[in-house]
Amino acid sequence: MVKMTRIDSPSALEHYRRAIKEKRAKYVKTVSVCGGTGCQAHECGAVYEALRAALDENGLAKTVELRQTGCHGFCEMGPLMVIQPSGIFYKKVSPEDIENIVEASLKGNKVVEELVYEDPVSGEDIKKESQIPFYKKQKRLLMSMNGKIDPCNIEDYLAQDGYSALVKTLFEMEPTEVIDEVENAGLRGRGGAGVPTASKWKAARKAIARDGIKYVLCNADEGDPGAYMDRSLLEGNPHAVLEGMIIGAYAIGANEGYIYVRHEYPLAVDNLLVAIDQARELNLLGDDILGSGFSFDINVSIGGGAFVCGESTALMASIEGRIGEPRVKHIHTAEKGLYQRPTNLNNVETWANVSLIINQGAAKYKRVGTKNSTGTKIFSLVGAINNTGLVEVPMGITLREIIYDIGGGVPKGKKFKAVQTGGPSGGCLPESLLDTPVDFDRLYDVGSMMGSGGMIVMDEGTCMVDIARYFVDFLCDESCGKCVPCREGLKQMLYIIEDITEGRGTLEQLDLLKELAEVMRDTSLCGLGQTAANPVLSTLEYFENEYLEHIKMKKCRAGVCKSLITFNINPKKCTGCMRCRKACPVGAIKGKKKEAHIIVQEKCEKCGICFEVCEYKAVVRK
Amino acid sequence: MVNLIIDGQSVEAEEGWTILEAAKYYGIDIPALCYYEGLTPTSACRVCVVEIIRGGRSRLSASCSYPVQEGIEVRTNSKKVKRARKVIIELLLASCPNSRTLQCLASKYGVTKIRFRSEDRGCILCGLCVRMCEEQMQAGAIGFVYRGVGREVAMPFHTKHEACRECGACLYICPVCELPCRGPMQPGELCNACLDTVQLEAFPCKD
Ligand SMILES: Cc1cc2nc3c(=O)[nH]c(=O)nc-3n(C[C@H](O)[C@H](O)[C@H](O)COP(=O)(O)O)c2cc1C
Ligand code: SF4
Ligand code: SF4
Ligand code: FES
Repeated sequence: MVKMTRIDSPSALEHYRRAIKEKRAKYVKTVSVCGGTGCQAHECGAVYEALRAALDENGLAKTVELRQTGCHGFCEMGPLMVIQPSGIFYKKVSPEDIENIVEASLKGNKVVEELVYEDPVSGEDIKKESQIPFYKKQKRLLMSMNGKIDPCNIEDYLAQDGYSALVKTLFEMEPTEVIDEVENAGLRGRGGAGVPTASKWKAARKAIARDGIKYVLCNADEGDPGAYMDRSLLEGNPHAVLEGMIIGAYAIGANEGYIYVRHEYPLAVDNLLVAIDQARELNLLGDDILGSGFSFDINVSIGGGAFVCGESTALMASIEGRIGEPRVKHIHTAEKGLYQRPTNLNNVETWANVSLIINQGAAKYKRVGTKNSTGTKIFSLVGAINNTGLVEVPMGITLREIIYDIGGGVPKGKKFKAVQTGGPSGGCLPESLLDTPVDFDRLYDVGSMMGSGGMIVMDEGTCMVDIARYFVDFLCDESCGKCVPCREGLKQMLYIIEDITEGRGTLEQLDLLKELAEVMRDTSLCGLGQTAANPVLSTLEYFENEYLEHIKMKKCRAGVCKSLITFNINPKKCTGCMRCRKACPVGAIKGKKKEAHIIVQEKCEKCGICFEVCEYKAVVRK
Repeated sequence: MVNLIIDGQSVEAEEGWTILEAAKYYGIDIPALCYYEGLTPTSACRVCVVEIIRGGRSRLSASCSYPVQEGIEVRTNSKKVKRARKVIIELLLASCPNSRTLQCLASKYGVTKIRFRSEDRGCILCGLCVRMCEEQMQAGAIGFVYRGVGREVAMPFHTKHEACRECGACLYICPVCELPCRGPMQPGELCNACLDTVQLEAFPCKD
């Protein structure tokens, strides 16, 4: 990249932008190779290098633009490649495929058939990205940029008209007008509770900064198991987050910012640091931004690595270098937050929405979504689902559409059982609620929540009591341990659920569980403890039968709770093939060749391997 | 001065007081374990929860750190408060069944059985010792280690810290490392010998 120069007026920025676009007009084709974390696991780096070399060798480097982008979302199919303007989509590309791709699609305009995505439902070949069912029902207002830009090259972001919202804000809008616009757009925080962003900004704007310092913070702690949408935004499109923060800082009157990133996200940190450097060089960050007189700078702070550090006061303590523990906030952090100064904290995705609102205007922005939940939401769709990946959907879409139309349903012909939204403090919803529209309030009404966007699909092989146990166990480790209802409550909750899954549970314990859950909700110090009982409450609400079966009949219908299941061999069906005997890791199966086998119960560890390997369905699980 | 209502009584409190302080001033008793005059409140034990009605919305909050605010209504003994307080005392007892302080609280607030699994851990993690050592003795020799259910008070690296002068302030302030309750109960059970001396409520709540 050429050495960048300081830009000190909007017209100079437009001039620079035009120069970038002109420079790029010579390219007839653009190839994007996904460099997101999911595709990196599939060695997309080698694909990129091979293609780079092939372009040079074939003299195509001048007419074909190659770029390594952030995550495209369809991680299941990685490494992904998209060729524009035709929109050809290749899945699972390996370096060996490069020669074919260059010949067919870059020199010519043909498609390499083997690399085309085949729809598992219809069996049809689908050549274009936009036609793939996984993408078709999505509304990729934020994620689509990921596929179009190299996060380490600010010119890419500028070429996509990046930072034009900032120019509009700084030179055409008063700070209060910015807040009004965000309010009219109905933006609600994507970090969990869906708090209206504008009301937080107003409070922070109103707060008096005694020494003139106010902060805006970005929460990129993303501790929900399985969630990675914030990561992919930061990795793939860091400038969108920076731009949002600068606009927010202007609206609030803040002069310093921090992005608090989980330490497990090194690529996000690297890309952010590069982006911040480049923005500073161009004078989009720092003193007197674009000659507007407004000054603001951003630091990156690396997280303490605990789930609870995502809680606002714990996050602030952690940035200050103290232990990441929540504290009481009877006085709002808008007034006394980081270093006791007025502070506004928003989630990564919330910040990324800001420039969109300013660019489009509130009226257009809120055409997407529902009345009280506007815009889109990114979910990380994982678990028992055919198409795992990141999906960005308009608010108000139903769970069913996400799971079946986008996610392609439950694999291996198994039956759907539940979907968990909202992370460890969310809830599990049954099949009968699949037509619930996904918006902040509706999810809350049915006992779950939007959370930061984790969505875990479970099939019939899941025991709902065991799922509740899993989340409670997770939170036992992740609670900071400061306050009694959360620390002791979670521990006792785990004991009770363990009693149930191990066949010692009683009906009184079920009532105690409910009472405990309510007290934890009402009296815990921070959001973690206040919501920690949600997985238990929602499974009790929708899957109480399973609890009752465990307690009264000592039965686990999914065959997950080991204490409640036994494996036996039906002598009538057993042919004595010895398969299970060889497979059993603890030698619990006895029997001679061609004679019926038996399982020695004392030795059996209930791993279920015999059940899986028997070809005659002679092993019975009860 | 700040005007508020506590248990139905209109009271005046000084700006900067907590609800606990205001209640105490007017002779209304709120139990508190992790609070100690002169130490920064951390609101960890939650036995001091009270119901606060503000702008028509009611919620439970720790009174030891909640600042008095104009026009709020506080209930220290509503049904909701009593129920939550009992469960919290029960949870505490399950972690320190022999503590005399906790046994007395149980009797005072009518906790008559422990429905949870008891495991004597000899510490309720109220953090009084840590704050005493740091804020009053200026030593900072002990602190919390680990998180979640594994949280403990310890010296760094579990060896005696050079800042420790063996002044004993930590022992003095600890609500559970006192002589155990001498009631008639078996270890892990409730004494309840003084159950009949149930707390007199200055202003009982009508809900
Ligand atoms: C235990 C706990 C963990 C949290 N983790 C996160 C997180 O990882 N990312 C996030 O953005 N918000 C998290 N939050 C919510 C934040 O406290 C805060 O509400 C949010 O960042 C505000 O941003 P928003 O208004 O844009 O949603 C967490 C809250 C709690 C109680
Ligand atoms: S609710 Fe849990 S995580 Fe929050 S302060 Fe209490 S113990 Fe810590
Ligand atoms: S694999 Fe099945 S049929 Fe073969 S020995 Fe085992 S139980 Fe019998
Ligand atoms: S005394 Fe208030 S929380 Fe412990």
